[in-house]
Parts: sequence; C-alpha cells; structure tokens
Amino acid sequence: MTTLDSSKEIQKNNSEVNETHEDFRMFGLITFLIADGMTFAGFFAAYLTYKAVNPLPDGAIYELELPIPTLNTILLLVSSATFHKAGKALLKDKNSESQKWLFFTAFLGIIFLICQLFEYFHLPFGLTDNLFASTFYALTGFHGLHVTLGTLMILIIAWQSRIKGGRLTSQNMFPLEAVELYWHFVDGIWVILFIILYLL
Amino acid sequence: MTISIDPQKTNNESLQPKGWLRYFSFSLDHKVIGIQYLVCGFLFYLIGGTLASAIRIELASPMSDFMPRDVYNQVLTLHGTIMIFLWIVPVVNGAFGNYLIPFYVGARDMAFPRLNAVAFWLIPPSGLMLVASYFVEGAAQAGWTAYPPLSITTPQSGQIIWILSVLLLGGSSIFGGINFIATIIKLRRPGLKLMQLPMYCWAMLGTSLLVVLSTPVLAGTLILLSFDIIANTGFFNPVLGGNVVVYQHLFWFYSHPAVYIMVLPAFGLVSEILPVHSRKPLFGYTTMVFSIMGIVVLGLVVWAHHMFTSGTPPWMRLFFTIATAFIAVPTGIKFFNWVATLWGGKISINSAMLFSCGFIINFVFGGITGVALAQVPFDIHVHDTYFVVAHFHYIVYGGTVFIIFSSIYHWFPKVTGKMLNEKLGILHFIITFIGFNLCFAPQHWLGLNGMPRRVAEYDPQFQLVNQISSLGALLMAISTIPFLINVFLSLRNGKDAGNNPWNALTPEWLTSSPPPVENWEGEAPLVEEPYGYGKAISEQK
Repeated sequence: MTTLDSSKEIQKNNSEVNETHEDFRMFGLITFLIADGMTFAGFFAAYLTYKAVNPLPDGAIYELELPIPTLNTILLLVSSATFHKAGKALLKDKNSESQKWLFFTAFLGIIFLICQLFEYFHLPFGLTDNLFASTFYALTGFHGLHVTLGTLMILIIAWQSRIKGGRLTSQNMFPLEAVELYWHFVDGIWVILFIILYLL
Repeated sequence: MTISIDPQKTNNESLQPKGWLRYFSFSLDHKVIGIQYLVCGFLFYLIGGTLASAIRIELASPMSDFMPRDVYNQVLTLHGTIMIFLWIVPVVNGAFGNYLIPFYVGARDMAFPRLNAVAFWLIPPSGLMLVASYFVEGAAQAGWTAYPPLSITTPQSGQIIWILSVLLLGGSSIFGGINFIATIIKLRRPGLKLMQLPMYCWAMLGTSLLVVLSTPVLAGTLILLSFDIIANTGFFNPVLGGNVVVYQHLFWFYSHPAVYIMVLPAFGLVSEILPVHSRKPLFGYTTMVFSIMGIVVLGLVVWAHHMFTSGTPPWMRLFFTIATAFIAVPTGIKFFNWVATLWGGKISINSAMLFSCGFIINFVFGGITGVALAQVPFDIHVHDTYFVVAHFHYIVYGGTVFIIFSSIYHWFPKVTGKMLNEKLGILHFIITFIGFNLCFAPQHWLGLNGMPRRVAEYDPQFQLVNQISSLGALLMAISTIPFLINVFLSLRNGKDAGNNPWNALTPEWLTSSPPPVENWEGEAPLVEEPYGYGKAISEQK
C-alpha cells in the first residue's frame, strides 16, 4: 500500500524505467501469422476432406500441369533468399544494396503472380466447374492475395530504404524484419500448398 | 531491442477529447476502450433482449400468430448472433479484459493501443449493419450457425450481410486476442511472475489462445460460404457435389471453442470476485491455472459433439464423447475450488456476491446437462430440441451474463468512483434469478418431450409450459429496469466509493477511483499475492 504515496523523486526514477520496454511488435506479428496460418489450415482440411470423401463426378476435368507451379515454387524460394540478402545488407548499412535486393524480391513476387494468372487462364476448368476446381481456385487465390499484399509491402519498404530521408536504417530494422517474416510465411504456405494440391 | 515511449505520443493525452466525448472518440486509453466495449455491448444486449422477448411472445401460443414465420426466423437468427458476437464475446473479453488486464500486469496500457482501438471500432458498424439487414429484403434466416444448404437457399442479401458482419466481428476478436496475449506475456511489470498473476489474466490468456487458433477457421469457412452464395460454387452445396458436413466441422471447430471464449473469462472474473467478498484466498490457484489450460486444449478437440446426428462415423462419436466428458474434470475442479473459496469465509451478501453465487448454481445445471448432451445415445434423442436451448442458456445466460452483472456491481465503484445502490442491486438479482430459472428450467422438460427448437409453431400440449417460460422471459425483461435505474441514479448521486471500497488486494484497487490516465501516479505496484486475504487478517490481529 506504500506505493500510493510514493514521493516525486521515486516517480522520476521509476518513470525512466517504465518508459522503455522490450520490443514486442515481432511477437504480435508472429501471433497474427499463427492466426493467418489457421485460416489456411482450415482450407487445407476442407480440401483434404473433399479429396477423401467426395469422389469426382464422371467426366469432371481436373488436371494440373506441373511446370508452372514448379517454376513458381523455385521463384518464391529464391525470393526468400534474396530478401534475406537485403536484410544482411541493411544490417551492414549498405542501404542501396539492400534496396536492390528488395526490388529484385518484389520483381520475383510479381513474376510469381504473372505465372499464376497465366496458369489460371490456361487451365481446362473454371471456378464453378466442380468441387476440386472451386477448392483449387479458393486456395491458390487466397495465397495469391497474400503474395500480392506481400509484394506491395516489399515495394513500400524498398521505397523506405532509400538513402535520402528513408526510414529504414540498420537502427530501425523492424519494418524489414516484419515483412521478411511475413514473406517467409507466405513462402512456407506455398510449399505446403504445392505439395497438397499438385503433388498429392 | 527496447523502444522508448513518449507518454505524450502514446496516450495522445493533449489530443484526446475530455469528459464524455472521449467515449465517442478513437481513444487509445485501455480504460476508455473497455467502457466503450461495455456500453456498446449493453446497447446490443437490449436489442437482442427485445428480439428474445419477441420470440417468447410468439411462443406463448402454439400457432404462428404474432409474426410471420420468415420474420420469426430472422428474429431468431439476429437474437443469437447479436447476443453472442455483439454482447457476450465483446463484453466478457473486450470490456473487462481491456479495463483490467493492464492493471493486473502492472502496465500503463495494452501492448498495441492502436490495434485495440481498431478492434473496438470494428464492432459498432458491423453491429449496425447486422441490425439494418432486416430492412433490406429481410435479415439472415439460417440461425446463428448458418448451416448450408439452408443458408444458401434463403434470401441472399441478408445472409451476405450477416457473413460480412460476422467476419468483421471475428477480425475484431482476433485483434483483441493478439493484444491480450502480447500484453499478458510481454508487458508484465518487471518482477511479476506468471504464477502471481490474478486468475482473470490466465483466463484471458487461455481465451485469447482459443480466439487466435479458432476464429480464423470460421473466417475461412464463411468466405467459402459467401463464394457458394455469390459465385455459385459448390463447396457446401450437395447439388453441385459439395459437402455440408465439411461446413459443420469447420464451423464447430470455431464455435465450440467460442463457448469457452464466452465462459472462460467469466471463470476468471468470478475467481476475482469470490475471494474479495468472502475474505479468503482463492482456493487452489495452481489447479485453477492448469484447469484453464486443460479446458483450452480439450476445447479444441471436442467440436464434433455438436454433430452426432450428421452421420458421424462411430469412431468419431466415441472419440468426441470421451473428449467432451474429460472437459468435465477441469471444469469440476474449478467449481469445487470456488465452493472451497466460499467455505468458511466471511461472506458479505451484496449484489456482486449474489450474482456470483447465482452463477455457480446455474453453471452446475448447465454443466450437468452439457455432460449429458455429450453422450451419443442421449444426444440423438434430444438433438435440436429445447433441451439444447435450455443447456446453452444455462451456460451463457445463467453463467456468463450473471458474471457480467456481478462484475459490473464489483467494478462500478472503481470505474466511476460511485457506489451502486445495494437494495436495487439485490432486487435486480432476485428478479433476474427467478425470471431466468422460470424461463429456461421448463425448457428441459419441453426438449425431453420432443419440442423442436427454432420453429415458430409447436404442438398445443406444450402450451402451458411455454407460457410459464414466457412469463420467466417477461421477468428477465423487467429485471433490466432496476439495473438501469440503479446505474443512472448512482452515476448522478451515488455515495462516494473511495479508492478501495471492498478492501481488495488486486492491483486495480491500489490506485484512485476513477484511475488516472497513466493508471498509477508513479510506479506500478508489485502485487505478489493478489489473494492474500487470510494473511492480511492475521496481520491485523
């Protein structure tokens, strides 16, 4: 109960202690990504249940070609590596190098999206053709939405890592680290999606 | 890495409006946000209660004569959705969580104040949208579960607005959950150990884990359902080769944990209130913590007990029956701990205590019927009857809403600095308790005799019991009148509460009432024993 009538001096000392705290933004982001991952888990569970329980009707077309998604997998894996390079460069205060890597990562993301659209236009089935077609588009579309948002965020932090007046420095790494974690997450989801949707 | 905080910036004290206006602003103060949640939730409770009254008026006679059948379906759907997503979940998590958790962990605010404000401000628009959907082609008619194919075949606009609204509310709930987890784990005052936290922190940690793990699945499911409605896909439409049972699995993967999202925080709150008013330490702190975490883990793997009549295979029935029966163990531990806390205590009979004791009594009934419903042979008999309605309301009204009122009586002095009138409070409790039991106890009998739920008409032989139930609902509606009078009178000329009217030991009582913006003048107190009542008494002697 003595805490109620603390003197001003103690207040001053303590306020210095209290005004700083550990950075838990990354912790919040990880919690959010777990939640986001659960959305995908729900979709995967639905897809696998359909595959196990609901047989395709006769004459339903459901064929997937492997080359484009394999290329996409490689693109995303490489982009994760280039993003990592950008972070390393920024840590060494090489802002322009970091920016180059970031733009390259965003470029890979855009190529991924173009390939995905190309695949959509050349598939022999549409959204409402059958259950698997619907699930295929829902899953890849929801993932594509994540890639789109990720690419936009990479472009934003690439702009922020400019040398004159940019916010992103080796002292303020959080925006880059956050987007990087998100990007690795999207990448990981793609690998699972690729295995479940194309290979199984 | 550490972040330095400029108090001017974080709380925007100079920019925030003062007085009543701040409750209508994008305030970042967790106390303001808590009150925003509570008042907003209570307004929706009044709307949902009006809809409930309409349902009970309709059911006072066997024929559908008070309103057309499709309107009855809309009223039913809106009642369920509003009460769950706009009253109980936001109030028992958002309102009390936001107000109390920063005090309990010894922080000046939540971990992410802006996210917190966003989470609250998602609620009023989505709630209004939901209510307004009645005026477009009619509101959703498929019940709060929105099972396809019913939700696909009923009028579309209402259903789509319902989905959008529930998605926004789910988003709000997830943001809140992330915030609570970060606050409890990361923002604790230095020196405060996890096992020294008041029980409500543990309850909110468990609840938030459930929110973060299960709500996204509901979001994904509802997105698929909206595809079925808008884009003619066939995820859940058997005509197009889809599978309705998949929807039920995904829906209950969220909605069973949702019951714990509604009731676990109430467990936490009652664990705060009972020790204070019986002047004894909370019995079995460690077992309480482990029971909460046990309920969280088990709560995630029992969902299919809602689906015993949906063609679930025998192994699934066996597994989910056993898993559900296991939940009775941690819940029973908590129940016995509360009784043991009261046992031999110096109990003061006031409104907060009465509502908490009412909770314990009602919750036992709800718990027993819950274990009964988990048994497949019994469940198949009473599935989709009024027995389920009675069970559910014993848990969420008899359980959670009683605790919400108990908490309002308990923390009103802290929030406003004024005491609530005890006579009106006890009157409120008596009418609520009698009305509630009169309304829902007869529904067990109705269900056992086969009256189906969600239908506007019923067999005339059930009329008398239904009228008794409606009389109970009338009493419940009347019970809000003394409560509202009490709140407004006490706000105007209630007697001053002082900082700690209950002589409680938890941290929120160690500051002024109402608390300052920064929560404490100076350093946050380190409360190592939030329930050290026995010690305090022995020291006094």
